[in-house]
Order: sequence, then structure tokens, then C-alpha cells
Amino acid sequence: MSTVTMRVWRGDANGGDFQQFELEKNEGEVVLDVIHRIQATEAPDLACRWNCKAGKCGSCAVEINGKPRLMCMTRLDTLPEGAITVTPMRTFPIIRDLVTDVSFNYAMAERVPALLPPEMPEGGYRMFQEDVERGQEFRKCIECFMCQDVCHVIRDHEENKVNYAGPRFFIRYAELEMHPLDTNDRRDLVREEMGLGYCNITKCCTEVCPEHIHITDNAIIPLKERVVDAHYDPIAWLGRSIRRKTKRSAAEAAVQPAP
Amino acid sequence: MTTNYEHHEYDVLIIGAGGAGLRAAIEAKQRGLKVGIITKSLLGKAHTVMAEGGMAAAMGNVYPEDNWKVHFRDTMRGGKYLNNYRMAELHAKEAPQRVWELEQWGALFDRTKDGKILQRDFGGHRYARLAHVGDRTGLELIRTLQQKVVSMGTDVFMECKVLQLVHDASGRVAGCVAYWRANGEFVTFSAKAVILATGGAGKSWKFTSNSWEGTGDGHAMALWAGAKLIDMECIQFHPTGMVWPLSVRGLLVTEGVRGDGGVLRNSNGERFMFNYVADMFRAETADSEAEADRWYDDHAAGRRPPELLPRDEVARAINAEVKAGRGSPHGGVFLDIGSRRTPEFIRRRLPSMYHQFMELAGVDITKEAMEIGPTCHYIMGGVQVDAETAATAVAGLFAAGEVAGGMHGANRLGGNSLSDLIVFGKRAGEGAADYVEGFQGSSDLDRAEVESAIAEALAPFERESGENPYDIQRDLQEMMQANVGIIRTGAELEFANAELDKFAERVANIKVSGGRAYNPGWNLATDLPSMITVSRTTTRGALERKESRGGHTRDDFPKTDAEFGTFNFAHQMTQGGTWQSSITTERSTLLELPAELKAILEEAN
Amino acid sequence: MTAVENSTKVTLGGTRGGPDVATLRTDRWWLQPVVTMSILISFVIYSTWAAFQNKNYYVGAALQRDLISPFYSPCLSANCTPGSSSLFAIHGWTWSPALLILLFPLGFRMTCYYYRRSYYRAFWWAPPACGVADAHGTYTGETRFPLIIQNVHRYFFYAGLVFNGLLTYDAFRAYHQPGLGWGVTIGSLVLTLNATLLWLYSLSCHACRHLCGGQVKSFSQHPIRHRLWKFLTPLNAKHMNFAWASLFVVALTDVYVRLVASGAIHDIRLF
Repeated sequence: MSTVTMRVWRGDANGGDFQQFELEKNEGEVVLDVIHRIQATEAPDLACRWNCKAGKCGSCAVEINGKPRLMCMTRLDTLPEGAITVTPMRTFPIIRDLVTDVSFNYAMAERVPALLPPEMPEGGYRMFQEDVERGQEFRKCIECFMCQDVCHVIRDHEENKVNYAGPRFFIRYAELEMHPLDTNDRRDLVREEMGLGYCNITKCCTEVCPEHIHITDNAIIPLKERVVDAHYDPIAWLGRSIRRKTKRSAAEAAVQPAP
Repeated sequence: MTTNYEHHEYDVLIIGAGGAGLRAAIEAKQRGLKVGIITKSLLGKAHTVMAEGGMAAAMGNVYPEDNWKVHFRDTMRGGKYLNNYRMAELHAKEAPQRVWELEQWGALFDRTKDGKILQRDFGGHRYARLAHVGDRTGLELIRTLQQKVVSMGTDVFMECKVLQLVHDASGRVAGCVAYWRANGEFVTFSAKAVILATGGAGKSWKFTSNSWEGTGDGHAMALWAGAKLIDMECIQFHPTGMVWPLSVRGLLVTEGVRGDGGVLRNSNGERFMFNYVADMFRAETADSEAEADRWYDDHAAGRRPPELLPRDEVARAINAEVKAGRGSPHGGVFLDIGSRRTPEFIRRRLPSMYHQFMELAGVDITKEAMEIGPTCHYIMGGVQVDAETAATAVAGLFAAGEVAGGMHGANRLGGNSLSDLIVFGKRAGEGAADYVEGFQGSSDLDRAEVESAIAEALAPFERESGENPYDIQRDLQEMMQANVGIIRTGAELEFANAELDKFAERVANIKVSGGRAYNPGWNLATDLPSMITVSRTTTRGALERKESRGGHTRDDFPKTDAEFGTFNFAHQMTQGGTWQSSITTERSTLLELPAELKAILEEAN
Repeated sequence: MTAVENSTKVTLGGTRGGPDVATLRTDRWWLQPVVTMSILISFVIYSTWAAFQNKNYYVGAALQRDLISPFYSPCLSANCTPGSSSLFAIHGWTWSPALLILLFPLGFRMTCYYYRRSYYRAFWWAPPACGVADAHGTYTGETRFPLIIQNVHRYFFYAGLVFNGLLTYDAFRAYHQPGLGWGVTIGSLVLTLNATLLWLYSLSCHACRHLCGGQVKSFSQHPIRHRLWKFLTPLNAKHMNFAWASLFVVALTDVYVRLVASGAIHDIRLF
């Protein structure tokens, strides 16, 4: 039976260091299996977050060999030979060992203005598959926050956290902006308060997304283009202001806040 | 000694942030009450995200002949008539409205050609009835509810583990005591009403689709607080869990695979489910492969394929095939959709199954068959509640979702769980709000209960020596899997019952190392009393139910016994004890069906 | 519309976990930025040199061909090689016409979402690769001058379409060899390939995908724009490939025309 060497970062806000473990390796195992074995045998207090162990809840995000990964979906046999380095997500404050304080993301979630649909007709809304497909891609998000972790805007520049929503919430804004029933316009918000302009589309969010959501191409860039429509494109602005008169009034008549 | 702990006060306090808890919170919040939600994980990670196939609601979008009566009948038949009929009735009637309402909050379901919510076929449902989003419907549900709750400004206490419910001097439930996982500090909550929405208890078994959270905290805490648990012997073993690699054994494979055309085969390549059609379902099940295959495209052209029988039937059949030596190399059977549907269809309809097998097992399900076997999935049993209000036997305490019992009887139909969450989540929120509005008085926590819960939680740190909680958990899971699994016998159940007493002693002698801050070993130590309590009631109920019915199969009593179909086994604890106190088990007679509902059940197919 | 009020404030300055190093990656993450940087620098050097040549950009009737380098089309200077001018001449402009022309494709590529990703990584090192610390003390991204100008990408896209039209016309003309009539030469194929790749690069542009259909909320109410969007979406997924391919081929086309014009090689007529 072959063995595996794990270098796991252990510590808290007062500092920490790597601890090394040598374990047996079984066929088909993922990094989380090995972490669990360490807990059950050598280090029962080794802190890590996990829930579903099936890549569906996004709890077990850490950095493996320096890259954000889900522990439950990273098979040992896909990693290169040698010691496997496991460290907590870098962008968020440490709680203990592999567990970080991800409250930044929940604070950003609170700021999102909700969907504002027209009143629901009897028997539900009518929407078509082509209307919902774009949003459905973004709703695959499991909130592992690895895109937030890898984004250099906040990973390397702590001060930007106050005015940068991050890729996870850009796909949320894109979803709402592309929602066929929504009547809110969030373009000023994403430009002025959510820091869309900070994103320099270097696409690391897309690279690490475990759900393979095209965060940059399908959400961030379309949002940037929508902001261009609103702020940097006089032709689009002119066209819109002519059409708006008829469209908006009809929409306004139909709109009532969701109960 | 009285210490001051961090303390919070609410009108309605909800323990658990899965579908039921969040739906209850929305309802109570809309009534203008002060609502707090406690979850032992992060918000949005609850086990609801694991639900794949869909939520059942008789909207009639695909088959206009579908209606609440058919849904009610399917649910009762699936539950082998052990259900609380009123819950099944309310569920069938209210599910469509609850599903439509989700769209108002941003849910995006797959659509029919004419723009309505698309519905898919599932086991035990006569018509295509499950609203879904590919195979990630649970994620859609929880995200929708989570976003609604957040937009309403509800307080959510994340990674806060509740240890015990706390009464006030009058004996009603008035709050709870918990600890913050991040730093290990204790915190107390008082509330006019408490809603339990803690989900399931499958973590007591070795091969399970449940996450670490499914330790039955709510079941156990309700019992300790004086409420009754019913039907605890009825455990659903989902027929299709992964069996290989070992590290993912038990991981769920959605029933949607079968709903979308997947079939089960044994090692001889035989579609064996045709040999396992029970009399109860014979009239509506196809008797040839050709007939079954016609049904997928047009339900009028043939009868249902036997792969879509209720889950208990399919799980038993797989179990029998493996036992007869016709299993797959890793001890399961084959689930094949790759030879029956195009790769594009499979990747569009079942994207997460495709990735799950590709990434974890290296199997391309568009080409190869999956190896699958039964996995512990859901507990039908739970806290006995009033159907209309979700109130339990203890004043001030409500329960909804998987932790509540009665709705599903002896076996739950796939897709009825997510709709259960939103129907009874809403009702629990309403019930609690009504209770709060009529409540006079204050919620003063019984300090002695708080102190004893905290002392018990801290005891594992103070012992000089003791056992590692991980060892106990592993042994418990193996013992329960071996003796209280899918097929049970009296002797094994007696053995398990005695073993559980030994496990209780071991739990009382746990030693935890390290500090209190985010210590998973300690957290497990606080989970184990719940796991033991749930295991005990399950074993007790299984011993008493000397028949086979739904999610409870006795090898020594293989037949369904009509007499046992008239009552539930209800478990209760002697008042004022600890988690170690003795449990009494008695028969609780089922509600009598009104004549018009009886007529629905007796209608011809 | 503004953010929801009373939302939780973000507190800054928490201690981070893991060792304080720029990266823990052990793979060759530096390879991609180095390759990108090398290719882009090579292209800039070559195109600058070629733009200042102001000769050998046109193969005319003397060689029985009608081939113009894409760097020099349309030739607008007052002293174009005879036969190469297809539009009008700017009075008094005797410098290389490429200096005028190249501003537009340069602007289009500089503001292109794909190239931005590449050069921010390769040249700015913001960040050089994922999970590798970026090289700057402070960072404001594209929120301020000058990088806020990136938002004009769609105007360069419009301009690019004009150039694509002209280069398509050039390619068409290349099939008619003066004195010989219609026929296919290597040069005509090179110009065609160049025009094709430039079209694909333009059509796969993110701004194009947005303007053609992406900007609508409800596709079911705009079926034609939905079909356009669905047509462009797979192209958009290949935008990177078209960006590099068209960059190589446009330089290659200039090289080919230059070699034929200078007499170094002969443009073979196939049929």
C-alpha cells in the first residue's frame, strides 16, 4: 500500500505552522478522506469545514498546493507526486487550522437588492426555457467562495473589501439583471458601490469554479457591458431613453413588491 | 454557580436553516415578529442542497389530469397508510402554491414549452409531478429561501450548535442553550416559540447519503424536552447510492436517473425489477420491457416501468439480487442510462450526476453503467406534530421538515421531501406566530437546565482519561448498519438494543483533546448523545413492529400485518431526566380518515 | 438603485491563515505569462518595424498581382504605391499610412476583454497567475483614468468592422490578377484567411455578443436577437483562439506581401 505525505497548516490568529502527517493511501480517495483520517487518529482537534462530501455544498474549500480546491472533489491520484500542502483560504481571516471567517461574503449578500417581479398571476408566472437558462447557470453556484478567495482584488488588497462584492456576487447581480421578471436596475449599484470596475477580468474566478460557471464571460463581462450601456455609450443611452417611456410605464403599472 | 452567558431573545427561534427552517422564518417574519435562526453550519449548506430530483406538487403542467387527490393517494400508498392523513392531505393541496411562490422570490425552474414549470417522473408518483432544475433542485430551493430570508433582514446565527432545549418554570419550551463553534463560548436564547427544523438522523449508519450534520439533534432534543417521537423504525434506504470508490460509498445517485430512462440490471444483464413487483402495484406496473419503454414518452401508451416503484420496494429488490450472487463487482447492481439515452440528453438533464461519477469514480455515465446500492437516506419518523400548526406535545415547541414525523408514513416518495419542507415550514411559521400572538408571559430559562447542559458539554475536557469520540462514532455506525439496517431480525435488534446501552456508557466517558475553539472532536462528542437517542428509538420501534412495512423490513415477519397498520409506535421520555433516562414506547392510534378521503384511496387505478 | 441599507459592515484587517509567502504553487505557473509576454513583445517589435517601412506593402500590376498588406490597407497617404490606394488620400500625409491604420486594430486589441486578461497577467502582474500574489501595493483596477477608458471597447469593435469590410474587399481583389484574369494564388488565399480570422475575432468579441442579443432581459420576447446570441455564444467561447490566430496571421500576411513585393519570393498561382 502506498503512502501520502500531508503538510497541513495549523494555527489561529496568533500564528501557526505546517504539521506533517504520513498516511496510507487508498484507491479513489480524496483529500477530505485523508483529513478525516488524521482527525480520527492523530489530531482529533484538527479544524476543517465540510458537509456533503459530494461537491454540492461548497463547505470544504481550502487551498491545496497553493490553489483553491474543494477537498471532497480533489482525488489524491490527480495530484503530482510529493507532499500535499493544505492551507486555509488566504483571503479571509483565520479562525483555526483550515477554517476561515467567511462573513465578508454574507455581508455582501445582505447588500443585494432583491428580485422585484410583477404580481404573480393565477397558476404561476410564464417564463420560457431560453429566459431562465442564463440565470440557471449562475444559480448552480454552491457558495464555496473560492472565486472570492482567488480574486486578487481582495486577496492582495485588504482595503478593497469595503467596496468590492467579488465574483460570487457579480454572478448574483448578473442573474438578477438577466431575470426576465425583474424590474430593478442595478447597473449604477454594481458600478458605484459593488466595485465592478475593480475587476480586471484576469479570470482566476472562472479557473477555480468547481461548478464550471463561466463567471467572467457570462456574468462579469456582460455586467460591464451593461454598465457601458448605461454610462459610456451615448447611442445606447439615446435609444433607451426613447423606448423607456412606453416600456417603463407599463412595467411600473404591473409592479408590486413581492409579499 | 451562575455564570452570565451571551444571551439573545426572540419571538420565534428556529433551530436549523434548511428548507423547512428558512420557510418557517419567512412566514414568521412576514407576521412582523422578531425571528432568529440558528444553524450548526454556514447558511446555505444544509442538507437540503443534496436533494436532487425535484419537489412534488400536483400543478398539472405536464399531465393536466393530475390533481391533489392523485397526489394524496400516491403519498398514502407510498407510505403504506401509516401516514398522518391530514398532513398528506394538506401537503398535496398546498404544494403547488408553495412552489409557485418560490418563483416570486427568484427560483428558476426548468420550463415546459408553454412557459410553465416543467415536471418530471419519479418513483411512486402516478404522473410527472416534480418541479425541478436539472438535478440540483435542493440547491435552488435553499438558495431561493436563503436569499429571501437575507433580504428580509433576519438574524442568522451560523456555526452555532444547540446542545439542548430549555424550559421555563411552567414547563413550556422557552429557548435553548448553544455554543459558538468558532470560539467554544456558550450562548443562550430565549423565545416565545421554538421551531425545530433540524433535518435527519442518517449519520448513525455507516453507508449514508447524510452529511455530518444528520445526527438527529432535533429528534433527540424534542424527546428529551418531553415531545413524542413516532415511526422511528421507518428509515428510508435510498436504492441508488454509489458503492465505489469506498470513500464515496453511500453518496446519493438521484432517482431522476430512473425517471429519465435509467434501468437497473444485475450481473447477468437482466432487468430484474420485473421480478419484484408487489401485488399492491401490479395493476399499474408494466410487465414487459417493451411496455415500460413506451411509457416514458407517453404515459397512456403503457404502464410504469418497475424501476419507478417506491424506494422501499426497489431497495429491497437490489438487496435481494446482491444476496443471490447477481451483484456488481463492488457489491451493488448496475444502473444504466448510457445505453438508453444520448450523451447530450444525459449531460443536460443530469449534469451533477455526470460530474459526480466522472470526477469521483472516473466513470463516464453517458457510456458506462453506474454501480449502485442502497444507502441510508431519510428518516420517515420524527416528532409527532399537529398537522395544521406543526405544534408538538410540549407547549412552545414546533417541528417541521424531516425532524417531524407522520407526513410520509412508513416510506417517503421521492420529491415529497422538498415539498414537505415548504408546506410544513410555512405552517410551522404560522403556527408559531399564532402561538406567540396569543402568548402572555415571559420566557425565563430554567437556569439549572442551562447549567447542567453546559456542565455536560464541558465534561469531556475535564476527564483525566477516556475514549476518542471518533472511535465511538465509527463503532456505532458499523453496529447500526449491521443490525438495524435494511433487513432486520428480532435477534439482531435485541443485540443492538443491548449494545446501545454499552455505547451510552462509552459516550459518558469521552475524552476530548485540544481547546474549545473550532474543535471537531468536541463537536462530535456533543453529537453522540443525539445519535444514541435516535438509534435507541429506531431499534426500539423496529423491535416492536413485528411486521414488514415500507422502510421497515423484518426477515422474521416478512408480511405486512393489517393490525400494525392502525397505529404508530410513539416514544417518550420520563419527565425531567437527562439523555440517559429511560424511554417508554407505546402505541399511538392513527387518525380515522374521513369518508371522502377514504373514497379517494379506494378509487380504481 | 443603491445597496440594501443597514447591511453588516465589513471589518478589515483580520489575521490571515497560512504562511506569508507569495504563493504555495509548485507548478510552472510562470510559464504562461512568460510565453504571452514574449509573443506580444515580438508582435509589437515586428509591427512597429513594418509600420515604419512605408514600402513593399503592395504587389501591383508589374508583378501581375493585386495584394496589399493589412497593415497598410486602406492606403490613405499622399504617396501610396501606385494602385494600392482604394479610397481617398489625406492631403500632405507622406508618412507611412500604417501609422494611422494600426491605431484602430491596436485600440481594439488593447481594450479586448481577452487581451486585457493576458497583458494584465503578463505585464502588470496583477496577478501573474491565480493564487500568486500580485505585484502592486495598491490597486484600483479599471475604476480610474487611464484604465477606465477600457469601457470604449465597443467603439473599436465598430471601427474594426469597417476594417474587416475593407480587408475582405482586398482579399476579393486578390483573386483578380492584372493581365491574367481571375485565379487563385497563395497570396489570395493568405489574404482570405486573414480576413476570415479577423471576422471571427470581431464576431466572437464580448461586446458584439452583448450588443447582438446579450443585453436583453427576456430572450423569448426577442427571438431574432436570441438566435443571433446563440450563434455568437460558441464563437465567443473561442475568442482566445481567434485572438491569437488572427494576430499571427495578420503578421504573416504582412510578411508574405512584403516578401513578394520585395521580390524575395514569387506568389505562386495555383489555378
